[in-house]
Amino acid sequence: MINLLKFKIIIFLFLFSSISFAAEKSPPLLKQDWSFQSFFGKFDRGSLQRGYQVYTEVCSSCHSMQYLSYRNLAEKGGPEFSLEQAKAIASNFEVTDGPNSDGEMFQRPAKLSDKFVMPYSNIEEAKLSNGGAYPPDMTVLLKARKGGADYIYSVLLGYEDPPEGMKLDDGVYYNKYMYGQKIKMPKQLYEDLVTYADGTPATPEQMAKDVTTFMAWTAEPKLEERHKFGFRVIIYLVILTILVYFSMKKIWSRIETKV
Amino acid sequence: MSSHEYTPKSKFGKWFNDRLPLLTLANHLTDYPTPKNLNYWWTFGGILTFCLITQIITGIVLGMHYIAHADLAFASVEHIMRDVNYGWLIRYVHANGASMFFLAVYIHIFRALYYGSYKSPREMIWIIGMLIYFLMMATAFLGYVLPWGQMSFWGATVITNLFSAIPLIGESITNWLWGGYSVDNPTLTRFFSLHYLFPFLILGLVILHIWALHVPGNNNPIGIDLKKPSKDTVPFHPYIVIKDLFALLIFLLVFAFFVFYSPNILGHSDNYIEANPLVTPAHIVPEWYLLPFYAILRSVPDKLLGVIAMFAAIFVLVILPWLDTSKVRSALFRPIYKQFYWFLVADVLILGYMGAMPAEGTYLLIARVATAYYFIHFLIILPMLGKKEKTLEVPLSLTEPVLGGSASTAMARDDLKLKSLG
Amino acid sequence: MSDSEKKKPNRRDFILTATTAAGAVGVGAAVWPLIDQMNPDASVKALASTEVDISSVQPGQSITVLWRGKPVFIKRRTKEEIDSARNVNLKDLKHPEKDEDRAKNPEWLVTLGICTHLGCVPLTNKGDYEGGWFCPCHGSHYDTSGRIRSGPAPTNLEVPEYKFVDSNTIKIG
Repeated sequence: MINLLKFKIIIFLFLFSSISFAAEKSPPLLKQDWSFQSFFGKFDRGSLQRGYQVYTEVCSSCHSMQYLSYRNLAEKGGPEFSLEQAKAIASNFEVTDGPNSDGEMFQRPAKLSDKFVMPYSNIEEAKLSNGGAYPPDMTVLLKARKGGADYIYSVLLGYEDPPEGMKLDDGVYYNKYMYGQKIKMPKQLYEDLVTYADGTPATPEQMAKDVTTFMAWTAEPKLEERHKFGFRVIIYLVILTILVYFSMKKIWSRIETKV
Repeated sequence: MSSHEYTPKSKFGKWFNDRLPLLTLANHLTDYPTPKNLNYWWTFGGILTFCLITQIITGIVLGMHYIAHADLAFASVEHIMRDVNYGWLIRYVHANGASMFFLAVYIHIFRALYYGSYKSPREMIWIIGMLIYFLMMATAFLGYVLPWGQMSFWGATVITNLFSAIPLIGESITNWLWGGYSVDNPTLTRFFSLHYLFPFLILGLVILHIWALHVPGNNNPIGIDLKKPSKDTVPFHPYIVIKDLFALLIFLLVFAFFVFYSPNILGHSDNYIEANPLVTPAHIVPEWYLLPFYAILRSVPDKLLGVIAMFAAIFVLVILPWLDTSKVRSALFRPIYKQFYWFLVADVLILGYMGAMPAEGTYLLIARVATAYYFIHFLIILPMLGKKEKTLEVPLSLTEPVLGGSASTAMARDDLKLKSLG
Repeated sequence: MSDSEKKKPNRRDFILTATTAAGAVGVGAAVWPLIDQMNPDASVKALASTEVDISSVQPGQSITVLWRGKPVFIKRRTKEEIDSARNVNLKDLKHPEKDEDRAKNPEWLVTLGICTHLGCVPLTNKGDYEGGWFCPCHGSHYDTSGRIRSGPAPTNLEVPEYKFVDSNTIKIG
């Protein structure tokens, strides 16, 4: 019995050993109570809609969201804009379509089925406009960083004056949460940078929180469905496990051996 | 294989069975006499079968939507996650399924090590099992490349570069593997093709594995040979089926927790960055289930010898039936082996941990000691121990310590017969 | 003794039946995603409607556009073609439909460009009927309203759901 226990503990440790070494030399991240992280976690709709606003007005001039479509904005489990709102949002953007019957590409307002318009036509152009650094696509960025939502939130708020003696090149900024503490994106979030339609005060913390929530959704658009399914699946499995357990006891009772 | 002849009752059944004895096979599988003292560590064979079938089915489904092209692969995975009906569920089951598969296979292997299931007359089961394990690692590696993220790309680069260690022809071999001068689109398309093929090879080997098992029958915790069928055994169906099912459901609870609540915790976040041949991630780490071998590879300072050491680590397992000279199978009656067994478990866990750490300083030193111990365990300790160890007395039968009398067992069997008639 | 023996099988049967039923439900639920994944996905559904600019189509001309991966014929009919389509005796038709029901705006006929026989694309302005269609695969003739007149096809060319967004634009789907 002791051996079995030992085995269980060891297996458990083994599973998590590859995860637990994530600690970097940066200070601990600013932990937030994200509404989407718990067992039944859902996104805060208001925060998603505000986050979309921050993305469009601030981030989208450099960062693309290439895997997102305008129709996603109206989908269940997302910001849940109405279909009309999403159509109106889409029509604010121009996309290139074609070729038409004259063999030419043409501009037209975006439709729901179109992907988010990208700020640059290719990576090289993006680098050229940003001092050689490529602003990463933001669709799955949150999942592509250790620390996830807390990391993104922390970096957005982690700008400080560099410590004594640290030399920074032109176009490089000090950010205490960034890997290596150096970042090529200047600080973006200043007090009242955007004006929220719902009257929420646009503090840097609020904007960081909203845009992080928005990025959590773009990275994992099926999160709410996943949590809902997971709960049902686990309840079902528990019930079936209990039923199978008693069936097993019944069947094995025929030969009076302990299972 | 079965000790009794089986004749189908219906006329058609008999006609069919005379031409293709599927019913005899089915009857053999249901009646297959199984030791009744098997504990829950023995349920992982069934769990592994489930894992393999789940991986094959979800994999075929993902293959309907995935695009094996360097420019489109990453986007097609996102398409699966966003647009395909239940695509997110199927992909997360497949991705976490690989980890669950390895979790189960490691338990299965360490169970065999503890109870001496690899020993005569079960060497073939063990060797086929090791082939399956090796193919599983290859398949998992190939599959990890397909999303074409940063870890995919650099993992593929590092692992294929292992072959460049071969003197003289190394470079030709890597170029042959890549279909170019680096990991690129030709590499991806062939990896996809092979990733689709290998599971079916594994399936074939699994059938051989079970066939080879059904010749001598199961080992058991006591490790003694049992008369089959006898009062020490139960028919596979329903006794073992229901017990395997129960264990599978517990396993599924763990599986479901990962899929629905931590689907990315076993993966590496860098794999959500699209592959970029110009930038290597800070730490390249293989999936957790390959870490012990990765640690062995890195702990040898010479390129070629490191690769040899890594493959040797698997090869010593293949020849284990001849390295372990003890006549007694189960560790229950081998007090010293039991200690060394747990040292080995700890050693492999340490290797796994070191595989995830940067290869420098103390980490490297510990990894080297652990690597050395791994080989010492198999090549020195086991052969010597078999000759020197004083083993405990092995019982002659299972039933006596377990059952008071045999009258109730006989009644149960009658009951069974009635059931099967009705 | 005999009492408990009588009860035992009943309880056992109940538990086994409940377990089997619960298991079957679970297997069914697990199979559904594997089937549904082959249905049109969200990005395909989002493209389910297409807007077509018809300003440059002259009377007597026909254009072919792609909608949901299928060809759609948009034909601007001449006065004569409309008349010939509307003056057909419904009794002569294999699949009687009034032209008025097929073309809301008589000048414009919108039909799927798929032969109702086995799915080939018929040729425009070919066949026995002036301004109609002819399917080269198995020889079905359609008139200028897209109605089947001779050949193996069982029904008229299908009219998709469409509407005029404005006088120059048709939205199909």
